Amino acid sequence: MNFKLNKIIPQLATLLAVILVFGFLTYNAQVNMDNRGIEFGFGFLTQESSFDVQFSLIDYDGSHSYARAYLVGLLNTLLVAFIGIILSTILGVIVGIARLSPNYLIERTAAWYVEFFRNIPLLLQIFFWYFAALRALPLPQDTEPMLGVFFLTIKGLFVPRFVWENLDIFFYSIIAAIISIIVIRNYARKLQENEGKQLPVFYISIGLFIILPLITFLVGGVSLNFSIPELEQMSNTSFKYKGGLGIPPELIALTLALGLYTATFIAECVRAGIQGISKGQKEAAASIGLTPNQILKLVIMPQALRIIIPPTTNQYLNLTKNSSLAAAIAYPDLVLIFAGTALMQTGRAIEIVSITMLTYLSISLSISVLMNWYNKKIAIKEK
Amino acid sequence: MNKLNFLRPNIENLNTYLYSGIFLISIAILDVTLNSFFNTNITSFLPNFISFLLPLIIGTVGLHIIRIEFSGIKNLDLLNKNINTNTFNAVLTLLIIFAVIKSIPPFLSWFIIDATISGDTKEACTGTGACWTYIKIWLNRFIYGMYPNELQWRINLSFIALIALAFVGLIPSEKFKKFLTLYYVVIYPIIAFVLIYYLISGGAFGLEWVETGAWGGLSLTFIVSFFCLIFCFPVGMFLALGRRSELPTVRYISVGFIEFWRGVPLITVLFMSSVMFPMFLPEDFFMDKLVRVIIAISLFEAAYVAEVIRGGLQALPRGQYDAAKSLGMGYWKMHIFVILPQALKLVIPGIANTFLALVKDTPLIFVVGLLEIVGMLNLAKTNPKWLGYAMEGYVFAAIIFWIICYAMSKYSYNLEIKYKTDR
Repeated sequence: MNFKLNKIIPQLATLLAVILVFGFLTYNAQVNMDNRGIEFGFGFLTQESSFDVQFSLIDYDGSHSYARAYLVGLLNTLLVAFIGIILSTILGVIVGIARLSPNYLIERTAAWYVEFFRNIPLLLQIFFWYFAALRALPLPQDTEPMLGVFFLTIKGLFVPRFVWENLDIFFYSIIAAIISIIVIRNYARKLQENEGKQLPVFYISIGLFIILPLITFLVGGVSLNFSIPELEQMSNTSFKYKGGLGIPPELIALTLALGLYTATFIAECVRAGIQGISKGQKEAAASIGLTPNQILKLVIMPQALRIIIPPTTNQYLNLTKNSSLAAAIAYPDLVLIFAGTALMQTGRAIEIVSITMLTYLSISLSISVLMNWYNKKIAIKEK
Repeated sequence: MNKLNFLRPNIENLNTYLYSGIFLISIAILDVTLNSFFNTNITSFLPNFISFLLPLIIGTVGLHIIRIEFSGIKNLDLLNKNINTNTFNAVLTLLIIFAVIKSIPPFLSWFIIDATISGDTKEACTGTGACWTYIKIWLNRFIYGMYPNELQWRINLSFIALIALAFVGLIPSEKFKKFLTLYYVVIYPIIAFVLIYYLISGGAFGLEWVETGAWGGLSLTFIVSFFCLIFCFPVGMFLALGRRSELPTVRYISVGFIEFWRGVPLITVLFMSSVMFPMFLPEDFFMDKLVRVIIAISLFEAAYVAEVIRGGLQALPRGQYDAAKSLGMGYWKMHIFVILPQALKLVIPGIANTFLALVKDTPLIFVVGLLEIVGMLNLAKTNPKWLGYAMEGYVFAAIIFWIICYAMSKYSYNLEIKYKTDR
């Protein structure tokens, strides 16, 4: 009996404490809201938002609802996260491998890159790119085009836009290419297991990936044109680009800073992963006659990835959360649009902050659930 | 590349190859150096494109013909082994060397040669380089924020006192050693709080009251990181123990708490503390902005600290728990005397990383209107008298943060090495 009490009392005490704290807070909130005449509810989401957003992936203006504004913010956040993840992965992998280079100078350069960018606050880096580096760019009328079609100006980067015809057929061809590549890989693996023959899968895959979409251009009626940005004079002093695709400087600064910053952490993950493979693995692989490329592809990488991927996913998650710093340079992301402008207009602090937090929380939790599943799948099954 | 065997030195004709190789490399480096320091192009008679690539080609050839497996000359062998193993590495080596040579002159000229530091107004900055006058004039604001000038000795005094008190732990004899943990975990934070509350904030003992809105700059960065660091550690430790607890209620509550804070960005937490939290407080109860921010950041970082400590707890072998239990120790005794000292030792690098992240996160408090150094920079930048010096300000802040963070990471690395030998 005594033994059981020992376990029950602390639990009850904790539960009671948590309930009391929550109850106290909720009671206060109730009183405060009553005093101010606000009622808790999410009805405001359908109201007209009546504010504009500079940069939006979907159709949006002031006449749309707050829910739509939320969607705009969420998409903008995801866009930054997506570009940032691609940028940081490419850079991180290169730097991580460079840190293991036998070349002393390359190794040192990579090490200094990591030490430099990792030890400066991300917010400061975003400010630096946005307020100092990108502000030094020329005005639109003074800009020399790069390669004839790219315009990097103080107003942002202007690039040609794709103008597609029959885009869906092109998509189907890419899906077909991916499916056939998977089939061929499986077939090649079977062939190797049964007969020991090796197919040049890599070249076949690249060929398929190029040829299939190319065929759709020739026979499928797909066509691609470019809408090239052109400078247009609005008045004596104001110039504007017409056509093309304008990437706002906020987005450039944000992705650049996020990419450079997160790449340092990913580089360390990659380095730790490759170093975590014992030397014996490499020597054993070499002694059975594998080429250096095969050693990397068949022996080192499959083992290293197991170490690299979990912490790297964590970094992706951090990047997504850090993208909320966008609010500091007025890039219209979830925090700025929703927790900033919408909150100011409606005054519904509790609802809006909870929705924002829940959104980030659900992104994080879904990625961690996915990660745990993946970890279980790839874990070495010891006998 | 292995088939490229002509122009390969062997041990007999090494000297010829060595001299011609060194000659070619020197020409390549000389060309780039002249180009970057004196703005002259000695190969200007060639077409533009070739003239641009020439040093790279000459240098690669030079490195190629001095590449030998073993020469007996120590420096040459070292060179070949470290930066000249194959053609690809040789090209990369040259590119890095050229990039360094190319970037030195503009860097130096912006930083030092063309920079200005004299004078007190914007007009003094006429050079093309950095305007350090701006930093010089604003330095006081960058360090103390809006804190009144004549009262700044109070900040200085309390920081010096805090640093001095932190070193007290080195003095006492064996007799007092066992109280050290108590001192650092309980007494020191209380002293720090009292110092900052009465000395920096004032309002008692005849000291003038300075509201927290006037605090700012680097000193605020230190105050915020210091308090968050002190508070987040014990909270994180309890959360970690809670997550490892055998009692389901305690465990689930801890897991929920940790995962919640880890799942949201700090900026939304600060938003919460500034706009949502006041709604949850009793009506007539006022809590200072700075206090709210410190609580918010502490809880946020505590979740990360908890995860780090949990890693240490999990890494301890079961035998430690069993041994402690077999001695008849209860839960708290076991953890305080056996488990935690070992676990904490294991996670020093992880905790240092979390603290580093905390220091780097402090600029975020701008969202609630507190201006630490980065916030002060943004304020100074918009001052009409000093427009256009954003770059200098950010470089200045970056250098300061870099020194702090780099020193911290090196220190934690040393600690890690020191404690590793113990086990």
